[in-house]
Amino acid sequence: MKSSVITFPGSNCDRDMDVALTKFGFKNKMVWHNDQELPKSDLIVLPGGFSYGDYLRCGSMASKSKIMNSVINFAKSGGLVMGICNGFQILVEAGLVPGVLLRNKYLQFICKNVHVKVDNKENTFFKNLDKKVLEFHIAHNEGNYFCTNDQLKEIEDNNQIAIYYCDQNGDTNDQINPNGSIKNIAGIFNKEKNVLGMMPHPERMIDESLSGEDGSIFFKNLLNNIK
Amino acid sequence: MLVNEKIAIEHGLKSDEYKKICKLLKRTPNITELGIFSAMWNEHCSYKSSRIHLKKLHTKGKKVIQGPGENAGVIDIEDGDAIVFKIESHNHPSFIEPYQGAATGVGGIMRDVFTMGARPIANLNSIHFGSTQNKKTKNLLRGVVHGIGGYGNCMGVPTIAGQTSFDRSYNGNILVNAMTLGLVKKDKIFYSKAAGLNKPVIYVGSKTGRDGIHGASMASASFDEKIEEKKPTVQVGDPFTEKLLLEACLELMSGDSIIAIQDMGAAGLTSSSIEMASKGNLGIEINLNKVPCRETKMTPYEIMLSESQERMLIVLESGKEEIAKKIFDKWNLDFAVIGKTTNTKNIELFFDNKQVANIPVNTLVENSPMYDRKWKKSKLPKKNKINKTIFKSLKIKDTLKKILSSPNVCSKEWIWQQYDHTVMGDTIQKPGGDSGVVRVHKTDKAIAATVDSSATYCWAHPLTGGKQVVCETWRNLISVGAKPIAVTNCLNFGSPEKEGNMGEFVECVQGISEACKYLDYPVVSGNVSFYNETKDIGIKPTPTIGGVGLIKDYKKMITMDFKEIDNIVLVIGKTEGHIDQSLLSRIILNENNGPPPEVNLFNEKNNGLTLLTLIEKNFIKSAHDISLGGIITAISKMCIKGNKGIQIKKPKFLINEIEYFFSEDQGRYLIEINPKDFKEVIKILDKNSVHYDEMGKIIDKEMIIDQKTKLTIDELKSYNINWLKSYMV
Repeated sequence: MKSSVITFPGSNCDRDMDVALTKFGFKNKMVWHNDQELPKSDLIVLPGGFSYGDYLRCGSMASKSKIMNSVINFAKSGGLVMGICNGFQILVEAGLVPGVLLRNKYLQFICKNVHVKVDNKENTFFKNLDKKVLEFHIAHNEGNYFCTNDQLKEIEDNNQIAIYYCDQNGDTNDQINPNGSIKNIAGIFNKEKNVLGMMPHPERMIDESLSGEDGSIFFKNLLNNIK
Repeated sequence: MLVNEKIAIEHGLKSDEYKKICKLLKRTPNITELGIFSAMWNEHCSYKSSRIHLKKLHTKGKKVIQGPGENAGVIDIEDGDAIVFKIESHNHPSFIEPYQGAATGVGGIMRDVFTMGARPIANLNSIHFGSTQNKKTKNLLRGVVHGIGGYGNCMGVPTIAGQTSFDRSYNGNILVNAMTLGLVKKDKIFYSKAAGLNKPVIYVGSKTGRDGIHGASMASASFDEKIEEKKPTVQVGDPFTEKLLLEACLELMSGDSIIAIQDMGAAGLTSSSIEMASKGNLGIEINLNKVPCRETKMTPYEIMLSESQERMLIVLESGKEEIAKKIFDKWNLDFAVIGKTTNTKNIELFFDNKQVANIPVNTLVENSPMYDRKWKKSKLPKKNKINKTIFKSLKIKDTLKKILSSPNVCSKEWIWQQYDHTVMGDTIQKPGGDSGVVRVHKTDKAIAATVDSSATYCWAHPLTGGKQVVCETWRNLISVGAKPIAVTNCLNFGSPEKEGNMGEFVECVQGISEACKYLDYPVVSGNVSFYNETKDIGIKPTPTIGGVGLIKDYKKMITMDFKEIDNIVLVIGKTEGHIDQSLLSRIILNENNGPPPEVNLFNEKNNGLTLLTLIEKNFIKSAHDISLGGIITAISKMCIKGNKGIQIKKPKFLINEIEYFFSEDQGRYLIEINPKDFKEVIKILDKNSVHYDEMGKIIDKEMIIDQKTKLTIDELKSYNINWLKSYMV
């Protein structure tokens, strides 16, 4: 299976994502933001980082990069696109997933392990996953997901919420919400479920010596689903 | 403007120094030249008060590839790999503007490391604030932590360890020391020594603005009530540009275009150009009209003294300009050929077709002032006679509660959760352990790093304190299973013009040197920060040591969390009951006098190396060094981290139990071993003459001491974890 990771100026999880995808059997290519064309890919990943320094709204500059036209077309034609952290912010700014990401509720960068609940498995990203709760890792300053009530209704009606922040038993409550996200939302799909944006970094959880191994479960499952 | 002595003194130069400049030049300098001299001859850049003593540091060793004198030190970690590392202070700017001061401190030290061709793989920091009662402390702490995170997080370099302390002596002068480690191939290290004539001198990175002018001079003076007016001397950081600069430089370094490279740190274009020329024994000619400027009508004086961040100066091979320019264009960075190397051995500056400065390089470097300042020796204070009946009135539980929740012992999670400590995917020991550990990407090796200082010990007796800090970092590395290799030091002191402060400096340096020599643990880089004082009140002497060690097989790394019920816990090293200068003494007994604990270098080395042998044989399940707060504080942390308890049996000690549990004798560790390995472990300890005490065995969820004192792990956690969070709300 072929994947492509886009490097924007200021991306800093692009290498980590390359390492993870390669480890689990993807043939990965790095793509420069200023390129026009995407290589033939089964999966496009927008990695984490601080594209353009996040000096404007996070992700807004990167969403106007040359390569993004191709990414948008790829997504619209049903191709799989995943945005992690800053990549999620770019997806939001590009209009590929609904909502916005505000500054964390306590106005601080947060780096720690979190649990997320996977509700919707009717999609290529989480189909056949045999765990309901995964331990992931977050590292962000602007992960506070927000949308209007009308949008929220639409998102819920279409089953677009991908993952929720929860405790280790899968209970979603305010206390474990790390950043103030509405409904504890940690990740969200587009209507067609071929585009996933999420704040947690599965690529930082890919071996037992690191913060955990649930990222491995995610990537292995994803590869099998694409095959 | 005509230059005279008054203007020179306004530049921070002394009358004698101004006279020396006129004598060296055989004329009066113009204003640009005076600015250059003041930048090169201030304490921060010239080390004029410290140079004579720094020579005594132990800097040699088999693993040292580059010692002090370059942008950073370099050590060999085998297989053709090397680690580049250094620590640096950004104290003065951080007090004036905590966010930018701390941020640019982190940015500056990372630049020092990637200037040498190394990709930064870990950041650490040591930060010190005034009393928690001081009204400025909270805002300064918040600003500094935001600044460190703001820069390091954006760069995508994990912040893996650090140290935070609070002490009244920092009320008017906080300390912010930032350390970076980078990874490089041994045969791809870049240096700042220019070579060859008529080679193009290239400016890359951000444009030059009016920020940070005289930053280095500001850092070479004490504070007074007008300190707020110095805000314009603080540089403003742009981590995004630095990330681009990092990638662009590493891309250019993968080829063969660069002869020499130097970042523009303190004193900006001035010190970078002069250092390259001086090391290469060459001259350098610069056309200042070619320097990319952010603002209009900048004068030569301003261009030369600006400390705008994220800039580099490169001497290229002739004909490589196009290749280099293409790379910097790709990363959207400024690139300008601003001059060339010459054989004049002078620095010659041109502006609007006129020569605006012409100074022999050696007058700025070799002939810079060097002072052998007067200093006073410190006597070892007399031991306090503590009335033993006081101990009888102390309850272990209450005392432990106070210590675990005291500002200098409590968990610093509130701080390090704001630092990205997992980016780059190789962090295998996070902040909160004895050392941070990162794997060497795609290998079985890992690098452990730690940073420490003990101002109270150094204040009580500088010579002992200097030794102690080195040993503490050595123990921190051993505790995670790393073989200590080398250190970097950041020497934070008050005014060198006072005999007392100078004495503290001289004796701390002596202590550091003795310990480094004995432990074969050389100093490879560092910096000195004097004048940490406000209105005549100086900080406690605070030498900060950053230690680096190697773990050959990262799977053998040790952590401090208790692992398994029924395992045995031993105290390694002898407990004599030294209470003076301990936390117990200071915060429970309110006694601030007396000597610090004695440092026995033989025991340090012997205990440490024996522990490494035990780790190599897989006998050690968890380990933690014993420092502030003594044995019981260290055990508590192991319980908290492992979520397990311990049954402490009555140890066969001769001293009072309070002294046993809370004293801060040096050279000690706690280790956890499996009962089946007990005999074998004891055999090795005995063979190496290492003293040990059997402490007890691991149980579930409770700390029990002789059946009379009981604490649940949740109690320990609530003491330790909540203090800082609630303080910062």
